[in-house]
Amino acid sequence: MAYNSLKEIVDYCDKKGVSFFQAVLEDDMDERKVTEKESMDQMYAMWDAMLLASATYDGGLKSASGLTGGQGAAMEQYRKAGKTLCGDFISQVVAQALEMGESNACMKRIVAAPTAGSCGVLPAVLIPYYRMYQEDTADIHQAMIKSLYVAAGIGQVIAARAFIAGAAGGCQAEIGAASSMAAGALVSLKGGDNQQICHASAIAMKSLLGLVCDPVAGLVEVPCVKRNVTGAVNALTAADMALAGITSAIPADQVFDAMREVGEKMHLSLKETGEGGLAATSEGIRITKSLIK
Amino acid sequence: MNIFDILGPVMVGPSSSHTAGAVRIGLITKKLLGSVPVKADITLSGSFAATSVGHGTDKALVAGLLGMDTDNIRIPESFQLAGEQKMEFTFSKMNIRDAHPNTALLKVEAASGRTVEVQASSLGGGRIMINKLDGIQINVTGERPALIVHNLDQPGHVAEVTSLMAHKSINIATMNVYRDKRGGYAVMVLETDQNIPDSAVEWLKRVEGIIKVTRLNIGDE
Repeated sequence: MAYNSLKEIVDYCDKKGVSFFQAVLEDDMDERKVTEKESMDQMYAMWDAMLLASATYDGGLKSASGLTGGQGAAMEQYRKAGKTLCGDFISQVVAQALEMGESNACMKRIVAAPTAGSCGVLPAVLIPYYRMYQEDTADIHQAMIKSLYVAAGIGQVIAARAFIAGAAGGCQAEIGAASSMAAGALVSLKGGDNQQICHASAIAMKSLLGLVCDPVAGLVEVPCVKRNVTGAVNALTAADMALAGITSAIPADQVFDAMREVGEKMHLSLKETGEGGLAATSEGIRITKSLIK
Repeated sequence: MNIFDILGPVMVGPSSSHTAGAVRIGLITKKLLGSVPVKADITLSGSFAATSVGHGTDKALVAGLLGMDTDNIRIPESFQLAGEQKMEFTFSKMNIRDAHPNTALLKVEAASGRTVEVQASSLGGGRIMINKLDGIQINVTGERPALIVHNLDQPGHVAEVTSLMAHKSINIATMNVYRDKRGGYAVMVLETDQNIPDSAVEWLKRVEGIIKVTRLNIGDE
């Protein structure tokens, strides 16, 4: 039985004396009738696919529409010049998010997390973290996989209480969900406790509530690629706040319920139909028309 | 939803509905035909028609027809690969009435001369539904094995098919029967829990009154 709330996960951890990651792992073993090794091998395959997608990024590619390509490479070049406002780590995160979003738009292989449009958020925070700590952490891959279980557990609860599709709840249900998942994963990587994981996921989601899904020409490119950056950076700040002991006044489960309510009230033109928001601007319409030949 | 519906699938972008779902429609059509087609006429409807190039829906459908799955990195090169494998294909756009926004109609022909006509829609998250097979309304998700039998509307054919399933230890999950008119053509659609072996298909093809047998197995065949 999958969890319907983060509170259920935390209660399970308290009762059984296990960690957040183990609670999600044990539930998967029960749900799909698989062994611990089978489940963890599959999660390793997801992590491996993220690393491979990152390693095979090609800054020379352009998407079929011509709207996307090269932004990740430009950011990386700027970062290497050492004069960024955000500093080296955040700039790596920005570059990674752009790269993954672009790879998706250019028909390369990615890991939907939770969706293809939001595939850049988790790798954008996890891969730079992995690069930074791989030297001095024994079995860093194991640590990364455990954090992915935390992310998946949070995503499962969001899916159960709200939705994880732009067509159902707007961008808050894609980038918002990815950001909330990534915030929890980061707290667990940094050794935060279960309450901090929940606060981080709540803070991250709260900051993106109401975000609409308004892709120009209906394509997963504008503004989707750059919103992966927003989701990633938002996850980092939410995780740091939670690790500093800052709490969310509204518990995570109730924040997810609010996301559902906002998504249900959101106008249809703002839910992946390509009819409202940025898609309906004069430039958005001009781009759309130029693509229909 | 299990955790790998949340993290995953590993897929070629950009869209689970317009790319991954389209690959699945092509792949299932290829399985229903029984081989890679030599000729495919593909009609795109609704949102599939409006955004097919930007989402690579066209390349994805052809990739599926060639037997590729949703994570195959050669999906973007499918047009070229189709040329190498001597598969001819055409694309057209039409609004199919009362169809889901993301719908494609594929008319495919095998080297043997066998043809299949599949109308399918992409429901989101990579999940699909086959809505029509050879013009007959069906509902097959492609997540379970399926057997579709066209026969003359005369007594005994349902019994022949179901007793064959029992003989092969295949459990029937769902079964629907349709006909155009009494004594005319009839179709039965079975979804099963086990894959359907070649021997069962071959046996059915030889039964008098059975006109066409189409099968869908899951996983590598």
